[in-house]
Amino acid sequence: MGQLFAVEVIYRGVFQKTLAKNITRDIVLAAHNEGKLGISFGRYGDAPERNGIPAKSFAIVANDELTLEAGMAQYEPKQVDLTVVLDDTLCKGGESWAWYGLQPVHHALKPGHTLVVISLEDAPTLLKSIHRREEPYKLGIIKGVTSFSGMWVFKDDHTDVRVLGAIAKALPEVFSLKSVEQFINEKLKSAVKVTSARTAFEKFTAVPVKAGEGNPEEPFKFELPGWEDMRSGVSIKGQPQGGPYPDPVTGKVGGFRPARNELFKKYSTRTLRPVVNFSTCTKCTLCWLNCPDASFDVTPEGTYDANLEACCGCGICEEVCPVKDCVHMVNESEFKDNSSQWEAYQTDKKAYLKWLESTIEKAEPIEKRSHGFRYRGQYQEQVPEALEIAKKG
Amino acid sequence: MATLTLPVEEKKKGTEQEALITGAEAIAIACKLANVDVVTAYPIRPYDTVMQYISQLVADGEMDCEYIVAEGEHSQFEIVKHASVCGARVFCGSSGVGWMYAMEALTVSPALRVPMVCMVGNRALDDPGAFGVEHNDALAVRDLGWLLTWVDSAQEALDTALIAYRVAEDRRIFVPLAISCDGAFLTHSQALVKIPTAEQVKKFLPRYDRGDLLLHPDNVISVAPQANEDWVMEIRRQNYAVTEIACDVIREVYAEFEKTFGRKYGNPFFEEYMTEDAEVVLLGMGTLSTPVKVAIRKMREQGKKVGFVRLRWFRPFAGFEIGKCLERFKAIGVLDRDFSFGSPDLSGVVATEVRSAMYSNSATRPPVLGFIGGLGGREVTVPDVETMTEKVFEAAKGKAQPLTQWIGLRG
Repeated sequence: MGQLFAVEVIYRGVFQKTLAKNITRDIVLAAHNEGKLGISFGRYGDAPERNGIPAKSFAIVANDELTLEAGMAQYEPKQVDLTVVLDDTLCKGGESWAWYGLQPVHHALKPGHTLVVISLEDAPTLLKSIHRREEPYKLGIIKGVTSFSGMWVFKDDHTDVRVLGAIAKALPEVFSLKSVEQFINEKLKSAVKVTSARTAFEKFTAVPVKAGEGNPEEPFKFELPGWEDMRSGVSIKGQPQGGPYPDPVTGKVGGFRPARNELFKKYSTRTLRPVVNFSTCTKCTLCWLNCPDASFDVTPEGTYDANLEACCGCGICEEVCPVKDCVHMVNESEFKDNSSQWEAYQTDKKAYLKWLESTIEKAEPIEKRSHGFRYRGQYQEQVPEALEIAKKG
Repeated sequence: MATLTLPVEEKKKGTEQEALITGAEAIAIACKLANVDVVTAYPIRPYDTVMQYISQLVADGEMDCEYIVAEGEHSQFEIVKHASVCGARVFCGSSGVGWMYAMEALTVSPALRVPMVCMVGNRALDDPGAFGVEHNDALAVRDLGWLLTWVDSAQEALDTALIAYRVAEDRRIFVPLAISCDGAFLTHSQALVKIPTAEQVKKFLPRYDRGDLLLHPDNVISVAPQANEDWVMEIRRQNYAVTEIACDVIREVYAEFEKTFGRKYGNPFFEEYMTEDAEVVLLGMGTLSTPVKVAIRKMREQGKKVGFVRLRWFRPFAGFEIGKCLERFKAIGVLDRDFSFGSPDLSGVVATEVRSAMYSNSATRPPVLGFIGGLGGREVTVPDVETMTEKVFEAAKGKAQPLTQWIGLRG
């Protein structure tokens, strides 16, 4: 048995599918320059992915055919030598179409190996989101914003080659920087990309993460039932209707909270979350009516509180809200938990409004954070900015 | 549609009546007696006879049901599927390529545990466009979880339709069931049939109770969600559990039928004819039983010890019983009114299944010859049967025979 390497790329469904596919393909091609063999594949179960749902692509590399076959004899690698995370909001873990419960982002990473995240944040900030684990590992950051390279038109921001450069540093057994450069020269034919890869290689560092360090949250999980315990007729029990619930301060019961599926939580799909100013809410009902996931609870006061276990972060509530300063979508990485905003507001209105003010300062205007493009030429405008980051590393 | 005089006279209510009716009419009457709630229809020969008879019963005020004419077979089977999930006793059917056009709906119904009862008026699949009987239409769903039965007389059609509702709607079963009637030979030929009373049927057939699978505002469930590979095997295993128990349930229901109506079918799975002292037997399904039985009587007069096994239930396939029955004979000839191109020994579907059942269950290894005949409605003649029997006797004597032969073929 020869040497076997597995690299996984965790990405946001649809938006980053092509980018993830390109990266895992390029890993195999770069390693092939050293005579290694490999395959790359997307987990098929992730294929009917929805916008933003966490999904995975894999590269398996080996130095001989039989070892490669041994690595291919499973649906997806149970353990990987390196994990790449293409969107730092995925550090909170993911629940996809292909698996159940919340998987920590380093779920499959071998002890002592490197988790590579593309982010503008630093390691201590990311570790507030990344679940703690019993085995130590390393955390490396490639400085950059979430990339949609390959989406519709190839917005070439060099994320793909920068990841290759970082891998050459973090896992030199798979391929050297020389092989990456050879691959880029021969296949991508771009001297600028060679520079970006080299810069990423040179700048890349990984910090050790100690056992037990990180987000203390216990990731949500459940057991799958056996065939005799499952309902027959491909049927599942409907949810009960839900009902009024108490104000945490006054104890007054009112409003309406729909019952939600306890086993299916959608929040790991979210890259942005709504932050609601309950003092400006006019109770117009539009957010509640338009939410595609029925994620708003009607509070006993008649305002609307986004339930953050059910919210996918689509932003429709912000779009339809007629009040100027009521609903703001803010990057998910700013938040540490899914607790109720309304309860915080009721408990201490002043403190909440102060927190609100500092939080929505971080909200980018809508036109800057669209998934995809809102006007002709937008991507051409974004490319120089991304290339600047690639150049500096 | 021409005016139709219904032959069923109900002057003497409460007593069994006798009428001269077709197999399709017999099933229509069974639907009336079973008090079916929803019927969907879309015309295709020869199935359409049953929809005509049912529409006449509804028009005459003899039967009260929702009678829905769909815009095609796919919708026809989808409508009854949904009605059944909502607790309605349903009936529909089709023939040939119409049945194939409904294939998506036919495929999903077993997993959803829909006890729809259907009549397949067996018809050759296009092309060429043809009307006569072939069994490949109904057999197309043989691996999907349907229960499949073939009848050979109008009386058996009526009785089996009542049995079908009781079997399919048994909570342990809850899968779709198709009653195959040979096009023309059964769907369009009239025979004397004893019609039981509504009271008898009511006693025999309990109300369809879907229990916790009922789609209703008082029982909020979601049916047929998407599922990934973590769920599908378990769902298939649930349908497999139906096949594990289906033979037992069918046996129970036939015993109950005999008790209620007094008509005896003996072994529910297959009928044996003159097999007691037989050296060789023929085996087949459907109305070819008539020329086969006549030929056997003729050959018996010549001292040839030949018998006949007519398979009633193809799904479930009573493999153990078939294997034990057939191990007594020196050679077996299976007449398929179907084809399974490229199958082992290039035989028909039934011959392949019989060989498989015998391999696991028979203590002996008599030769099993496959015959393909009667396709597209071609008549299986008494001389055809004699020819086949000769070949089976040759095989019994140890003389090598081709494993599959075509019978009644020109050229």
